[in-house]
Amino acid sequence: MADRQYELLYILPPDSTEQQVAELHEQIASVVSRLNGQIEKTDNWGRRRLAYEIGPHKEGVYVLELINGSGDLMKELDRRLRVLDQVVRHIVVRVDEEKKVVDRTRTKRQSESERRRVKRGLPPVRQPGEGRQAEGDDGDDDRFDGGEV
Amino acid sequence: MPFGQGRSGGRGGRGSRGDKKDKDKQQGQRRPMFRRRKVCKFCADKIDDINYKDVKLIGPFVPERGKILPRRISGTCAMHQRKLQTAIKRARQIALIPYVTE
Repeated sequence: MADRQYELLYILPPDSTEQQVAELHEQIASVVSRLNGQIEKTDNWGRRRLAYEIGPHKEGVYVLELINGSGDLMKELDRRLRVLDQVVRHIVVRVDEEKKVVDRTRTKRQSESERRRVKRGLPPVRQPGEGRQAEGDDGDDDRFDGGEV
Repeated sequence: MPFGQGRSGGRGGRGSRGDKKDKDKQQGQRRPMFRRRKVCKFCADKIDDINYKDVKLIGPFVPERGKILPRRISGTCAMHQRKLQTAIKRARQIALIPYVTE
């Protein structure tokens, strides 16, 4: 079965040291490699304020991992993270299918615009300084009033 | 307040129908009522990926109270509202966005 891509985002307590973060990453990496997965990317967001208090914590260290692997792997990882006390919270999201959809719409839109432009006798890609200039940022504000309820 | 005028004016003025002053005021309020055509932000800006990690993008759709802003107010199209909904719910789980705020 082809590998799926998952995203794992977890929160550690704000007072955890670099070393603790690295240790947990090692633990995850070992599980991943044991079950024939691979970690594609690790991103440490650092300390962030939590939107609400989780237990005693008001802040947390966010770490994002992009993992290629099977569903069983993520199941195991999920189970382990749930057991671990050092992980305040975590979430696993499958991303490959969404990514595919996004790519498809993007390429579709691009090819469509190119087709239309060629039909109008223009070069397929927008040239700099062509057409209406950017209308300024206030154009965005008109579209939507966030505060109105 | 560009929109929502009809709602707020509706109940208050009805009881005192004979009051001329009140009537005038109501009409005066009503005349400049043009509704800005609402456009889905994500369609207009060509944002395909509504990601739960992108708090800056989602933020304006979560008012102070923490509820999801309804479509009738934000003007988001159905498809993008659905995507926004999952993104907001995921972001809440991981404490990027509050569930409720008092």
